[in-house]
Amino acid sequence: MTLALIGEDFVRALLQGTPPGTVYALIGLGFVLTYKTSGVFNLAFGAQAYISAAMFFKARQEWGWGIVPAVVLSVFVIAPAIGLTLERLIFRNLRTASAVSKLVIAIGLSVALPALFELIADYKPVAGRTPTGIVPDGSSVFYDPTGVYPFSRDELAQIIVAGVGVILLGAMFRFTSMGLAMRGVVESPRMTELAGIPADRVSALAWAISSIFAGMAGVLIAPRLNTLISNDFFTLMVLAMAAAAVGRLVSLPGAFFGGMGLGWFIAVFNTYLPRWADDHTWLEPFKDNLTPSLPFVVLFGILVFWPAIRRAVDAADPLSGVDPPPPALAATTRHPLLTLQTRIFGVCFLGLVGWLGFTQADVRWIALLSTATVLSIIYLSITVITGFAGQISLCQGAFAAIGAFTVFQLVDRYDMSALTAALIGAAIAAVVGAIVALPVLKLGGVWLAIATLAFAFFFDAVIVKFSWVGGGESALFSGTQVPRPVIGPFDFGESDRAFLALAVIVLVIVSVAVIQLREGTIGQSLRALRSSEVAAESIGISPARARIVAFAVSAFIAGLGGAFLAMLEGDVNYPKNFSPVAAMFWLVLVVSLSARTVEGAIQAGAAFALFSPVILEGSFLEWLPYFNEDNLPGIFPISAKWRFVLFGLTAIQFARHPEGMLEFGKRRATQKRNDRYYARDAERAAAPEAAT
Amino acid sequence: MADTPLLELEDVTAEYGPFRALFGVSLTIHPGDAMALLGSNGAGKTTVARVASGLVDAATGAVRVDGVTMTREPTYRFAQAGIAHAPEGRSVFATFTVEENLVLYFRRSLGRKNVPAALDEAYTLFPRLGERRRQVAGTLSGGEQRMLSLARVLVEKPRLLIADELSLGLAPIIVDEVYETLTSIRSSGAALLIVEQHVQHALELCDHVALLDHGTIAWTGPSAEAADVVVDHLFETGSSS
Repeated sequence: MTLALIGEDFVRALLQGTPPGTVYALIGLGFVLTYKTSGVFNLAFGAQAYISAAMFFKARQEWGWGIVPAVVLSVFVIAPAIGLTLERLIFRNLRTASAVSKLVIAIGLSVALPALFELIADYKPVAGRTPTGIVPDGSSVFYDPTGVYPFSRDELAQIIVAGVGVILLGAMFRFTSMGLAMRGVVESPRMTELAGIPADRVSALAWAISSIFAGMAGVLIAPRLNTLISNDFFTLMVLAMAAAAVGRLVSLPGAFFGGMGLGWFIAVFNTYLPRWADDHTWLEPFKDNLTPSLPFVVLFGILVFWPAIRRAVDAADPLSGVDPPPPALAATTRHPLLTLQTRIFGVCFLGLVGWLGFTQADVRWIALLSTATVLSIIYLSITVITGFAGQISLCQGAFAAIGAFTVFQLVDRYDMSALTAALIGAAIAAVVGAIVALPVLKLGGVWLAIATLAFAFFFDAVIVKFSWVGGGESALFSGTQVPRPVIGPFDFGESDRAFLALAVIVLVIVSVAVIQLREGTIGQSLRALRSSEVAAESIGISPARARIVAFAVSAFIAGLGGAFLAMLEGDVNYPKNFSPVAAMFWLVLVVSLSARTVEGAIQAGAAFALFSPVILEGSFLEWLPYFNEDNLPGIFPISAKWRFVLFGLTAIQFARHPEGMLEFGKRRATQKRNDRYYARDAERAAAPEAAT
Repeated sequence: MADTPLLELEDVTAEYGPFRALFGVSLTIHPGDAMALLGSNGAGKTTVARVASGLVDAATGAVRVDGVTMTREPTYRFAQAGIAHAPEGRSVFATFTVEENLVLYFRRSLGRKNVPAALDEAYTLFPRLGERRRQVAGTLSGGEQRMLSLARVLVEKPRLLIADELSLGLAPIIVDEVYETLTSIRSSGAALLIVEQHVQHALELCDHVALLDHGTIAWTGPSAEAADVVVDHLFETGSSS
């Protein structure tokens, strides 16, 4: 191999990496623009790109539109319309909300928007129907100016369009007052308004522009994909996140060069890794696994090692004192009588459900109840990390999967008892959780969310593929089978009802532990950290230690829950249960109901397990006298996608009621009753005095 | 008919979540008036200032600017009507440079052409800011940040200048300069609404005083008569309530 040959390969890799690099840069810029101007770390960006791409695809291939009208519709009408709608209906009201609550809403939207679009536009991804680009014959006509790498027309279009977008955006920030106003709005909308600048209009414009960028990027990147599926666009967005992270999410040039650099880096890596692997056999297993996950490794690496990010300090709004303080938990302000009533009702309700579950329920209902119970265990892990510690973790699915895979491996290889294996799995998850959290804990907030997201995708793309985790090829044939435990005379595999009882016992134990955690030193420390990190540190609380403990405990619970979910289903079912996107939906569900209480997690578990079969499939009507399985009204079954739409959109409530919808309703109801009881107490106290 | 008041609060209540800060406050400021808001900690001075500039919405009651009802209008409308508010504390854009902070305000209020002259004026008033014009505002000292947030309202020459905790965190010699500037702004016809701890300074500058107590106006009147009342209220709480 001559030196000249290496040089030529290198140049070819760079040229090959340029077109995707410009698209990453385009999305990265849109990302930075939204973050800079609205403080929203817009995880729904991928969803927006997907919608534009799918709209373009539908207009071109199904309606037979020309290229220009299709681009106008998908990029310049639909995309900004979505952006403006989101800004007007959701993010405008949240401008002063915390970065974390905006993030949760963006996650909710990223779950809801693709499902909503597919329902409204009646779009179904069909395998093999490859999208086309914005120039005719984009993928079949090539130009080769350098003699090293032939660019397709599509690729040239990507470079040109993205380049023009970058220049226009740069010019706007450089030469108009709008750039300064946009930066002002994100730091303190109130102070910007004091300067006489309508903050609403500024941020609406920013949303429209960044949404056009997202739509453009979606349409440009689509020809690189075989089939238009929303998950691919989510992955694409994670790539762009790495680009944006290079510029600490706030620097436009940083995002641009980050995107280009990422495109080049991936291309160079893909060129050379197979060769190195030929020379060094130990690289062989990485060759197949590392390539698809490179973006996530890069993202995680940037977060951990990029010095600029450590220096990034969220600027606080000096006028945040204008906002009211967060309310206390409903249960802590309850009148004693009301507490008693609540508890009696709770015991009766649980007793009724328990009686029905253990004596009356058929197989289907026992399965549903078991799923709800096991999911509740997993959701308690979110209660700990998000509800108590106030941190967003997007890799709870990975932790749960660690628990599940551990049971699978230990039973499969060493014939270990399933229950012991579940505990070991939970412990491994806890260790992994602490290790993942360690390097990024100082960053906190949005950065922790990004890092955990990167880890979740890394786990998904690499770790699961290893045979010592996911079972490798043998799992393709026989699945990742997980048995249920046998304790003494009880074989929980024999009876679903017994397994339900076991799951309930575990849930109760975990619930008590979580409540203990909340009331104990760690819980108090976490609460103090949420109120004021500075004040908490000044009384000797170490934020890093408290959070690592919270992370480890949360991962432990997730691992345990994951193991039980695998035992319940008899198989790990990784793609269905634990994929990063599925786990994001968990988070959305829990925080939109109530992230700070144990009941909230259990209600979320019930909602996840029961909403689809009972409400959407219309089973609840069968409880009424007239209906039975065969005469349900024609609208049933409702598409299960509505579940994503509904719960995704309820996340919007998170900012207004960060305690969750149920907790909010509970507080309002409690307030009324409280007032009445306390008024009566006061009357009684006054009555004897009047008598004397 | 008397001239229309520049700013009028009528029976205003205001709250932060479940906490009510103002209970039926009424205030009138005519063009050229200078009013000092006095009161103990937590009396509601800052909230009155915030309602007057539209930062906090009045829950009930009315806010009028030039006789036009502006209750619950967005803050920027107040600013465009010529009401400039320098909030308490370090109210600067921490990620902007000193100059960007000033430019953001001056471009809108004075027009792009007049920005350089206004910057010169600000740096003459506070030479320290001139030395640090390229520095990121978040890294300034507390006193320097106060100067920055005052610089823009003092140079802008608004129709009504609201300053909260005006002299807090400033060196005495700078406080004197600020008051000199305020006097000259007043003589050019602007109205002032000042929240100030240095009662003496405030009484010298202002001709009206509003005394706040537990979210209500306890007393209003000319500064000349204020001294005794203020002492009563602040130090002999038992006799007045």
